[in-house]
Amino acid sequence: MLHTLSLVDLASRLRDRSLSAVELSQHFLDRIDNASKLNAFITVDPEQVRTQAESADQILSTGDSHVLCGIPLAHKDIFCTEGMKTSCGSKMLDNFISPYDATVVKRLANAGMVTLGKTNMDEFAMGSSNETSWYGPVLNPWSEQRVPGGSSGGSAAAVGARLAPIATGTDTGGSIRQPAAFCGLTGLKPSYGRVSRYGMIAFASSLDQAGPIARSCEDAALLLDAMSGHDPLDSTSVNNDPSTASAQLANTISGLRIGLPKQFFEDGIDPEISRAVDVAIETLKSLGATTVEVDLPNSAAGIPCYYVIAPAEASSNLSRFDGVRYGYRCEDPVDLADLYERSRSEGFGAEVKRRIMIGAYALSSGYYDAYYLKAQRIRRLISNDFDTAFEACDVILGPTTPTTAFGLGAKTDDPISMYLNDIFTNTVNLAGLPGLSLPVGFDNAGLPIGMQLIGKFMQESILLNVGHQYQNVTDWHKAIPQEYQA
Amino acid sequence: MSITTDDVFAIARLGRLRINDKDASHYAESLTDIMDLVAQMNTVDTNTIKPMAHPQDVNLPLREDKVTEKNCRDALLQIAPSAEKGLFLVPRVVE
Repeated sequence: MLHTLSLVDLASRLRDRSLSAVELSQHFLDRIDNASKLNAFITVDPEQVRTQAESADQILSTGDSHVLCGIPLAHKDIFCTEGMKTSCGSKMLDNFISPYDATVVKRLANAGMVTLGKTNMDEFAMGSSNETSWYGPVLNPWSEQRVPGGSSGGSAAAVGARLAPIATGTDTGGSIRQPAAFCGLTGLKPSYGRVSRYGMIAFASSLDQAGPIARSCEDAALLLDAMSGHDPLDSTSVNNDPSTASAQLANTISGLRIGLPKQFFEDGIDPEISRAVDVAIETLKSLGATTVEVDLPNSAAGIPCYYVIAPAEASSNLSRFDGVRYGYRCEDPVDLADLYERSRSEGFGAEVKRRIMIGAYALSSGYYDAYYLKAQRIRRLISNDFDTAFEACDVILGPTTPTTAFGLGAKTDDPISMYLNDIFTNTVNLAGLPGLSLPVGFDNAGLPIGMQLIGKFMQESILLNVGHQYQNVTDWHKAIPQEYQA
Repeated sequence: MSITTDDVFAIARLGRLRINDKDASHYAESLTDIMDLVAQMNTVDTNTIKPMAHPQDVNLPLREDKVTEKNCRDALLQIAPSAEKGLFLVPRVVE
């Protein structure tokens, strides 16, 4: 039952050599093989896994290794991996092999972690259901008729079904937290600038952040500590001391002030979710926390604001895919314009094209002030709202999503209802704050419910501390879908 | 506001995309819905508010002006759809 052991337990077995990294990674490769119907992975390279695991075993045998040495992980297919395909879920990059590693990939490899493979995702991270992937949808391990969430759906399904002990994800408007909520996992979007974006294929550069999708706050803290820190290759990476979240998990939360924004508890939320979150609040109170109502008056403007800023940045970022330097090129272009237009039209899927068009429109001459500049002003109001709220509290709490995992195909023809999935998560990206989703129960259909904690800038250690104290007295995070227990 | 199929073709051109007639009406419909959603921004008074372009209101760091990247021309050309003699190849631009 190696897949049920925490990272700390696995690390201790690897270090006392009662378990080898090769054995451990083979265990997960076998599980990935048996669960191929979930479509959680785009690329798995068993030979490379073995080479990395053997080298981890060698380092472990010296007795001088990083705590994560020999632990396998899965990377979202948005992180560049030298020598292994990086598709970003798109036909555009189906043939793309990066000439370099993302900083996140390099840091975790240097720690001795073993890359099991690259996980499926919404195309260019644009989606909330993993249904926009060129490689097909991912199934939710809790119910195969449901989506795993997105865009980091493959990472969430992989960890949910225990095909990997932990995975990386990225979050631009909720893409770590929403799939973590839908799959019963702990997912952290760190503060903007906490983790390097170098080698992480850009969607909306002022919003994108990488973070862990894990089974517990304890596991997530270990990965965050290893993947974060200043990177000279990313000029937006914050020049702070590296995260030390693991060392702060045991702190008491007695006296912690939890802010409850009334906007997060209004109508429109599944009553089963409200109930589960209410019970979790009581649990935190029993650990010594207090609650206070706070106001985030501009929350409702978050989605409209986000759907200007994110597509505007995306349309700029995705202009690099031109069929000339790398990626997909159409057959027999007649001239340069034909080469650009057909390569992009054939290489990008429908949702990506839609977002490029929204962005191009919002940025076009005559509309810039009405859309982009207006959205930037609202962005400041949203950020100011958080600053004011944090004068009265240490963390903000609410549901992660308005519903639990929805059915496959249920929202594919209705972009607006898909976008509204991120109603509680997107403002956190706009303000650049850290957000954590953790499981707090199940609905009547047996689907996991997620609760979100939002922290002050660079205070992810407090979120993980609160989450860890909660997980010390609850078992929701230990639940595994029946089919994947053994 | 309503986005027409002609608008869709014009916007697609800005993004160097080619949209066929069948898809254009579908996009016109969804882009209209999305711009209606976006229009909800207008319910918020932002007259005195300074735009926020980025979550970190700090100056970007400067670094010394010296070469840090090694020459990786060959590695980059290797993943190009078409390259020759150190150059990316594209269809003839000048007759």
